[in-house]
Amino acid sequence: MVDSGNITTVLMDLIQPFAGEGPSITIDADLVDELGLTSLQVMEFIETVEDRYDISYPLNELADVRTLRDLSRGIERQLRQ
Amino acid sequence: MSLFTKFASLAQVRASLSEAGVNPVGVPIEKVLSPTRGMIGGREVILAGTNNYLGLTFDPACIEASRAAALACGTGTTGSRMANGTYAGHLALERAIAEFFDVAHAIVFTTGYQANVGTIATLAGPGEVLLLDADSHASIYDAAKLSGAEVYRFKHNDPDDLSRRLGRLAGRAADTLVVVEGIYSMLGDRSPLAEIVAVTREQGAWLLVDEAHSMGVLGAGGRGLAEEVGVEAQIDFITGTFSKSLGAIGGYCVSRHPELELVRAAARAYVFTASPTPATIASTHKALETIRQRPALREQLWCNARRMYAGVKALGLRVGPEPSPVVATLFDDRQQALAAWRELLARGVYVNLVVPPAAPLSLLRCSLSAAHSEQQVDAMIEAYAQMAAALHIGSSARTVAASAARA
Repeated sequence: MVDSGNITTVLMDLIQPFAGEGPSITIDADLVDELGLTSLQVMEFIETVEDRYDISYPLNELADVRTLRDLSRGIERQLRQ
Repeated sequence: MSLFTKFASLAQVRASLSEAGVNPVGVPIEKVLSPTRGMIGGREVILAGTNNYLGLTFDPACIEASRAAALACGTGTTGSRMANGTYAGHLALERAIAEFFDVAHAIVFTTGYQANVGTIATLAGPGEVLLLDADSHASIYDAAKLSGAEVYRFKHNDPDDLSRRLGRLAGRAADTLVVVEGIYSMLGDRSPLAEIVAVTREQGAWLLVDEAHSMGVLGAGGRGLAEEVGVEAQIDFITGTFSKSLGAIGGYCVSRHPELELVRAAARAYVFTASPTPATIASTHKALETIRQRPALREQLWCNARRMYAGVKALGLRVGPEPSPVVATLFDDRQQALAAWRELLARGVYVNLVVPPAAPLSLLRCSLSAAHSEQQVDAMIEAYAQMAAALHIGSSARTVAASAARA
């Protein structure tokens, strides 16, 4: 059973070095427009997430990921496979 | 106006680059005087941001071949290789490139960008996997987008990370194309190719090496990094360009696999574009012969590259990780890099400014040429020294700080 609450907590933690001090990190904040990540930082963040969960998250699915909630759903899907 | 809204941040960057003087992005070179000299802003400058590694753009034999081809075959082919755009010269150049790399198969593309897009987006498709070095060129990322394949990155120049990510693909390695470059164009560092080859072979994946910046530059025969480290026989595909060492424009893919001929028929970037002009094909063919016949050009290039790298490093500036014909200098931010670029141009040296969003780092990219004289290289180092002093960076910053501390 995948614990989505736990994934969310882990993601909030992992994104901190990328988001910096400025905006408050929420599960529905837009990674680029609100948290200020560049497209390169988004890719680096995903790599950190891949290593944390030992999964492969295709870059071509990133177009569907705007928020940590979107990413959390994607990770749940990957972990179920 | 909603279509244009997304360009707001780009417009801001462009505006900041254009303030106070020549716009570094798209600077007009009013007159090209030689492979290493040109006129910018009405003044003569040393050209050191041209990728013209062997200085062959003004080679008399290349120019004569080009002129003769234009006279004999006209200014353009006006058609695709699959229609009316295959002339004897195109076929002869493909044979010469295949022979140069000692493989059976070669495809010539109209640009180096198209060589990557055409080859990579055709080799990997839906249901298959592309695994790219994170620092790959835009043409490789664009190919990945077009391919429809699943796309992953591994950490730049990290064979262990590549191995880990291949391992996660659990049995899909045979459907995976790994893509690396010989020399990376931003920092001038080279791929740990022997280790990359070992990992891809062990896991059963395919390997493509883009030798755009290393062909004509590395290897006893000038064939690139794969030759230099002795792994050519284990590379599945090599791509490259005519627009650097070969002094023209165009691209190629070579392979020992006979199926490359099927890639030719399926690559949209090959099929749906006009073929290279006869003049381009002819000068490239002559330049390829020159690379084989004049290894001294490569030696001179490396002599200049080492001199420049050592000179800039000695100034205390942050440079790329190893001596290379691409000597990169890193800066704190875009504004500092722009100021450095303007300082160098004011002192008669043109290099490339690279800033976000085009690249993650703010840097100046100086590319050396075999055609640079020792005096030109020394003049460039002196210009870097004056630039560092003007901006209070590198050793000059430490000297100022030390003086201030003494005072």
